[in-house]
Amino acid sequence: MADIAHPAAIGPVPQVYRWLRANLFGTPFSALLTILVCYALIRIVPPFIDWALINATWTAPNEQACAARGGACWAFITNWYRFILFGRYPYAEQWRPTVVVLLLIALLLASCERRLSGRTLALLWVMGVVAVLVLMGGGILGLAPVDTDLWNGLPLALILAVGGLALSFPLGVALALGRRSHLRGIRGFSVAYIEFFRGLPFITVLFMAAHMVPLFLPPGMTTALLWRIEVAFILFLAAYLAEAVRGGLQAIPRGQYEAASALGLGYWRQMRLVILPQALRIAIPPLVGTFIGAFKDTALVSFVGLFDLLQNVAVGTNDPGWRSSYVEGYAFVATIYFAVCYAMSRYSRSLEARQ
Amino acid sequence: MNPPTAARRGFAWWNDERSRALLFQALIIGAVIAVLTYLGRNASLNLGQQGISFGFGFLDHEAGFEISPALIPYTPAASYPYAMLVGLLNTLMTAVIGIVFATLLGLVVGLLRLSGNWLVGRLALGYVELMRNTPLVLQLFVWWNVLRISAPGPRAAWHVLPGVFVSNRGVALPVPEYDPGFRWVMAALVIGILAAIGLAHWARRRQERTGQPFPTLGAALALIVLPPAAVFVALGAPFHLDTPKLGAFNFRGGVTVTPEFAALLVGLVVYTAAFIGEIVRGGIQAVSRGQSEAALALGLKRRQVLRLVVLPQAMRTMIPPLTSEYLNLTKNSTLAVAIGFADYFSVTNTILNQTGHAIEAMTLVAIVYLSLSLSLSLLMNLYNRRIALVER
Repeated sequence: MADIAHPAAIGPVPQVYRWLRANLFGTPFSALLTILVCYALIRIVPPFIDWALINATWTAPNEQACAARGGACWAFITNWYRFILFGRYPYAEQWRPTVVVLLLIALLLASCERRLSGRTLALLWVMGVVAVLVLMGGGILGLAPVDTDLWNGLPLALILAVGGLALSFPLGVALALGRRSHLRGIRGFSVAYIEFFRGLPFITVLFMAAHMVPLFLPPGMTTALLWRIEVAFILFLAAYLAEAVRGGLQAIPRGQYEAASALGLGYWRQMRLVILPQALRIAIPPLVGTFIGAFKDTALVSFVGLFDLLQNVAVGTNDPGWRSSYVEGYAFVATIYFAVCYAMSRYSRSLEARQ
Repeated sequence: MNPPTAARRGFAWWNDERSRALLFQALIIGAVIAVLTYLGRNASLNLGQQGISFGFGFLDHEAGFEISPALIPYTPAASYPYAMLVGLLNTLMTAVIGIVFATLLGLVVGLLRLSGNWLVGRLALGYVELMRNTPLVLQLFVWWNVLRISAPGPRAAWHVLPGVFVSNRGVALPVPEYDPGFRWVMAALVIGILAAIGLAHWARRRQERTGQPFPTLGAALALIVLPPAAVFVALGAPFHLDTPKLGAFNFRGGVTVTPEFAALLVGLVVYTAAFIGEIVRGGIQAVSRGQSEAALALGLKRRQVLRLVVLPQAMRTMIPPLTSEYLNLTKNSTLAVAIGFADYFSVTNTILNQTGHAIEAMTLVAIVYLSLSLSLSLLMNLYNRRIALVER
């Protein structure tokens, strides 16, 4: 109020002062909080910077050599980053998983691009999946064959999450439509499927895929663990995608259905041409949320014997030279997960802001 | 009066909507049954080849492994179902304690996010983003390693609060010890609570009848707190704290929480609180400003506005997502298997590894988690129905 009475007081310094007073010292309680937080930050941040940067060691043969400086031993990462990222994939061939990672990220970015039509996107995805399989597995085009056991680390996480999302998408949409169908048998099946998978912890689904599924396959038939886990991702994600899509379907006003019927469109053409394009657009933020969840869930696959990023860190810290470098290893892995998930959530929020 | 059949209406039955619907459903259900039968046949063939007989008879055997902590007396000589019960109680304990603390911490985080203080708001946002964008299992590993490897031995334990010690053997906490006179305090507490409920009931009826408000909250709190406190003082404080003290190798007295349980609980609470904080923030922000302005214009006091106008409406939007966060916490407690805490899933998994009965063990896992999920969502749905908007 006082500032309005004295417009001449507006200048750079008073503006800073007013901002501080409004945002940090608005009330006595707020001022107290500010002081407490500043005290805590002074106690925590400088020692952390000392540890992480100033006293850190970037190159060293082992962690004992790092100990002298007392800070973070990033030498663990500089020595082990190839193994953490790609695991046991043949060292000379690691350009292939690198391309795969870039390809999958490019596919994700393309899917965020609204100017591409659904058909173009579907085509891109099919081509992308084929390219990923060829690059990773090899065996044709002069690429050396590489067993799925050796598909480790970051490409594994992206293949499970991105591939799982792409392949579960049709199933999820079908389940969402089924749950809103007026045919009782189909609705019942969809509800049972969705509630079953949503009621189970994901790690139990992974254990089922690893331990139980082989028993249900025809005798003599074996499948690579990777594909069983990928199927677990697909089946599990479909239930969550279905709920996300259902939210979008429910947001479509009745008039849209009625108008589509009045145009003489049958059920499938109604869905394909009128309802789903609108519903999926509304469902994008929860779909992105499901993807973030799926990507984080890839950190669980080490419990059924796949070499994900965390497992690769564990292999590294098993080396006598790097026993206690788990802090640096976890920080590295956490940064990768954070970068992907944070980018996705920012994208989703920017969409919500635009709507 | 039968509805006209397709033939009578003059077109083929396969163009009739009703017979198409029937056919379509029959196809889907038939396909599901066929797949299930096929899988069942494979399973019986495979089991026959491996010489494992399907059935739950193996459950009679002795468990033979240790479970710690156990809420009910347990020895390795107990049977498998009893071991699973011990694990289930551990799961429930984790879920209940975790939900309570995650809700409290989440409430604080949500309110900090909304606070007018820029620094506090930014810090709370950073916390939320860090928690939400990294895998929970990674966070659990960090907590567990902090407790197992970075924490000092009992002799140099971190003395974080009076009577609370953190060492690599776990977290030692004081526990209250009750002297015989304490039951009179409890009796006074029960009477106080009953009286408070009666008072709230009376006050509401009176307000509905006459419009006269009554300071229910303060009076009820006084009824609940004052009588037990008076008895407590009159009997000369029949209660003391059993605080942990350093013995030869470890802490004696009090209660020691294992590092596994402490890591699991802290990890679940800190992770889930970030999600709950966002729900709280969203719920409060969803109540339009006009509501509080209107309430203020009606002459309600600030606290009344929050309690009578903003919170009831915020709760309405918060309950469904909160339910799913509580469910997530319960389901995420299965990550106990990653750090070696004996919850229901890790106990059952141990039994699976001992006996090789994968189908039976996984069925038991699915039954328990599905019933937990369904009953929790049923409870929250009942509560939701009570507070939901009644539309005309």
